[in-house]
Amino acid sequence: MSVASVTLDSNRGRDRTDARNDALFRWALRFCALLVLAALLGAALSTLWGGREVLFGDGWRFLTSAQWNPVENRYGAWAPIYGTLVTSLIAIVIAVPLSFGIALFLTEIAPAWLRAPIGTGIELLAAIPSIIYGMWGLFVFVPFMAAHVDPLLDASLGRLPWIGTLFQGPPLGLGLLTAGIVLAVMIVPFISSVMREVFQTVPVRLKESAYALGSTTWEVAWDIVLPYTRQAVIGGIFLGLGRALGETMAVTFVLGNAYGLTASLLMPGTSISSSIANEFNEAAGLHRSALIALGFLLFVVTFIVLLIARWMLRSLQRKAGKA
Amino acid sequence: MQILSKLAFALGLGVAGLSGSAMAADVSGAGSSFVYPVLSKWSASFAEKTGNHVNYQSIGSGGGIAQIKAGTVDFGASDKPLDAAELKEFGLGQFPVVIGGIVPVYNIEGIEPGKLVLDGDVLARIFLGKISNWNDAAIAKLNPGLKLPTGQITVVHRADGSGTTFNFTNYLSKVSPEWKAAVGEGTAVQWPTGVGGKGNEGISAYIGQIKNSIGYAEYAYALKNHIGYALLTNANGKTVKPGNASFQAAAAGADWAHAQDFNLIMTNAPGDEAWPITATTWAIMYKQPKNAANSAVVFDFFRWSLTHGQAQAQELDYVALPDALTQKIEAYWQAQFKH
Repeated sequence: MSVASVTLDSNRGRDRTDARNDALFRWALRFCALLVLAALLGAALSTLWGGREVLFGDGWRFLTSAQWNPVENRYGAWAPIYGTLVTSLIAIVIAVPLSFGIALFLTEIAPAWLRAPIGTGIELLAAIPSIIYGMWGLFVFVPFMAAHVDPLLDASLGRLPWIGTLFQGPPLGLGLLTAGIVLAVMIVPFISSVMREVFQTVPVRLKESAYALGSTTWEVAWDIVLPYTRQAVIGGIFLGLGRALGETMAVTFVLGNAYGLTASLLMPGTSISSSIANEFNEAAGLHRSALIALGFLLFVVTFIVLLIARWMLRSLQRKAGKA
Repeated sequence: MQILSKLAFALGLGVAGLSGSAMAADVSGAGSSFVYPVLSKWSASFAEKTGNHVNYQSIGSGGGIAQIKAGTVDFGASDKPLDAAELKEFGLGQFPVVIGGIVPVYNIEGIEPGKLVLDGDVLARIFLGKISNWNDAAIAKLNPGLKLPTGQITVVHRADGSGTTFNFTNYLSKVSPEWKAAVGEGTAVQWPTGVGGKGNEGISAYIGQIKNSIGYAEYAYALKNHIGYALLTNANGKTVKPGNASFQAAAAGADWAHAQDFNLIMTNAPGDEAWPITATTWAIMYKQPKNAANSAVVFDFFRWSLTHGQAQAQELDYVALPDALTQKIEAYWQAQFKH
């Protein structure tokens, strides 16, 4: 027995355990990833199954009807879908420029000592539970909207042709616009922290070259930082949009929970998730089926929105490639 | 010092409860959130007296009915009675346990609680959106001494399914054919107008914040939150104030003698004193229970509650069942349930 053969033997043993451990690790990882898929598929299929009575019984009428009548057991999902899309759209329109500004300020303009506290502050905002946003919305923001913003909008923008119909109505304080603004406050932390992270990855050399060529800060941000990080920025926006589409508690408090379809953003509406949260407790039979079907529709809506995001990203990349 | 002695007292009770636990049973119920406060208070006192624990989960009337039908609880509680066919199919029986009143609540500047008078027809037209301003002639006619403002009415209703909504819409359906045809009754309905608040808290928050609004809530809730509540003109054409007396008058005046399985909604009850939107909650139990021992404990619990628990109910602004009704319930137990 020489020393060399002993080490060789033990090496061979190590190889074997290494290979086994590697395989185990790979299987564990695969299991983790598959668990996500299984959970997603399970949730989608069980909502589809739970809502089958309405989805297959009523078909398209369930999607296009704005009626929601528990007394006569006739249900249509259009009002909640409309409310979900409109509030999320308002939230994105407000939150994206705001988050862009925050992230840009933190990475380009803010002095170093200010970056950490503001950054932490934003992350803390993301940790506030949605019920707190809902209560703040109901007790603080709704009265403010009713007393100051709604009458002002009604008297100014509400008088204009065309877009006027968006801003007419009694000063309730509740409604699609209020819900959209509260949602915007809720998703700003998500979008801005993603943007901040990726803006930091832009090579200093690129930015300094642009500054050296005489670019303003805005030009650097718009022409260098944003194109360089576009993909991640859009990812961050859709992370926020995903949260806005599914947000329940905060929206339930300030949306007004009414099934009517109105053009005005100052009027109350309803959303998919708040309808489910409100009515599930006392719903039985077809009513329950309709609510579960709404849950399935939220999957579908979110999926379509993500598809659009992918498509937008691809067309952007193609354009960038041509340029 | 007082707290300490209370604590010692509670501990002593706990020990007593433990020592007597050889006979103690844990029974469970589920359903209506309307009765949850009073049921939990009764259950605590009942546990002190007997060592038997009644666990009640306030999951909503629909949930309570589903749970008792599945046999997972010893009793269910619902704000809406089951009809004879459904009771028979599942071998169930039902009886009322406590009474409460529902009042129209409002926020109109300069009008104190209990000053506004409405009747069923006007109330229905307001909730239909047909009467949309407080200066409407129909409201003025009912309130000759009151200076009503010119202001658009905002209707506030419950967004969640609830027994309160069921009783309120049941009343509107009884007094207004127009309401019955356009909306109907149910724990949730298709509201023609207004905004929806979640729970009694949501209603009181919206009423507090939206000027010129009107909604409906349990009387106890309106009192506690100092919201304006309206007087109503009842079935006999008399204007009545909400309160213990008028709720009990409605319960006493209702025609229980002809109501099989107590299947009777007390809204729009006859009687000069009767409050028109009085509601009750039914306990639902198996006539031939699988677990007879638990079922016996539940009967003990309700027997004790209907006799000794009524003072506690009144503290929480519920109303005791009239004696005549309690006797009928006792007779129903003897006749229908296997003990």
